[in-house]
Amino acid sequence: MSVFHSVFDIIGPSMIGPSSSHTAGAVKIGKAAKHLFNGSVQHARIYLYGSFAKTYKGHGTDRALIAGILGFETDDVRIIDALALAKEVGLSYEFIEAHTAVEEPNTVRIELINQTQSFELLGVSLGGGKVEIREINGFALHLSGNHPAICVLHNDRFGAIAAVTKILAKYEINIGRMEVNRRDVGKEALMTIELDQNIDQEVEQELSAQAHIVNVAKIVG
Amino acid sequence: MIVFRTVEELVDLAEKEQVKIAEIMIRREMDVFSLSRKAVVNRMDEQLTVMEEAIDRGLKGVASISGLTGYDAVKTQLKRTREEMLDFLFTSGAFGYVVANQAFISGARGGCQAEVGSAAAMAAAAVVEMAKGTPKQSAHAFSITMKNMLGLVCDPVAGLVEVPCVKRNAMGASQAIVSADMALAGVESKIPADEVIGAMYQIGKQMSPQLKETAEGGLANTPTARRLEQEIFAKQS
Repeated sequence: MSVFHSVFDIIGPSMIGPSSSHTAGAVKIGKAAKHLFNGSVQHARIYLYGSFAKTYKGHGTDRALIAGILGFETDDVRIIDALALAKEVGLSYEFIEAHTAVEEPNTVRIELINQTQSFELLGVSLGGGKVEIREINGFALHLSGNHPAICVLHNDRFGAIAAVTKILAKYEINIGRMEVNRRDVGKEALMTIELDQNIDQEVEQELSAQAHIVNVAKIVG
Repeated sequence: MIVFRTVEELVDLAEKEQVKIAEIMIRREMDVFSLSRKAVVNRMDEQLTVMEEAIDRGLKGVASISGLTGYDAVKTQLKRTREEMLDFLFTSGAFGYVVANQAFISGARGGCQAEVGSAAAMAAAAVVEMAKGTPKQSAHAFSITMKNMLGLVCDPVAGLVEVPCVKRNAMGASQAIVSADMALAGVESKIPADEVIGAMYQIGKQMSPQLKETAEGGLANTPTARRLEQEIFAKQS
């Protein structure tokens, strides 16, 4: 499957260096985690794999991931001071160098925690600032982080998917990609929908109110 | 809809339409993302500005023994218009797009051959086009550079992007120019570009993870590198 779609996936991104894969890509993964967590983060536990684990200090991958969790863009000069800025806003963090073999060399698992909830995401950085979110709370998926997207946690019942797509159609929001995964028949399931535009709060609330919908999280593009 | 997956398809398209490779890349971007030409070109202009600003920042306060930096050399010798410079990036991007989707472009996935190697080969193709060479000659220059970068490992000292990366980038740039000159003079690559990309991919797959941006092998594992690593991280913590 082609994952590089645009000339600007190659010539770009506009970023604070040194590395598009280890810095810019890391910011994007951190930012996706922050958006999906949907709350204020108190603690981030970050497992680094492969090349990320071996070279993260030299590439500033640690600062970049934290910068993303703070919501910064890839070209934000504050990335350089992200670790200090995290302390100022009361975000604690730990980095763990994992030695498990992974499919992709630049893999990171981010756990975000506060008093009421926790969230887990697995992201990979593919080069040139291109990333993919491969797992959310144990669900396997493929999310580029390049487009606005919503992740809808729902119960695996008939009509749940139709209810969501019907609302998107009503607000004239086009779906670019869609993926559905479930733990088991009739159990918890996850819809991942990449959109051409961001959804506003009204749409989000309407989606959340549907039968069998447990939670709606969004990635703002 | 403009579709190309290989260098061969890219060259065929440019020849058929009788336009530059840059133009094929611009048209594809307009097609796929429903953008105006102005929007596509402006975005590339922004990217070029970011690069220029980064170079300016990097050169601030740097004195060269000869009084001439690499940036001055480009300014004094090529004298290209802004439009030509943007086309250069679109042409590079078109070749890079093929490599990224058919193989890899990061040191962590394929070694330095995938990273500096791909970038140098992309530049070689764009230099040819800037010098009014044909699309086929661009593909040959691309292949010549890539072939000479095959097997290059990614072994950054202390996991930083400095030693040997900075010098490897400079050498990549010089290879791009030499390859472009050869291609413009009519030298051809016996192995077609797409097969060279395939070879790069296979070599990258076979390369040990120690040699793919983990700072565990090669130059990163020399006594001096290990000593530097300790000094740098002792200072930081």
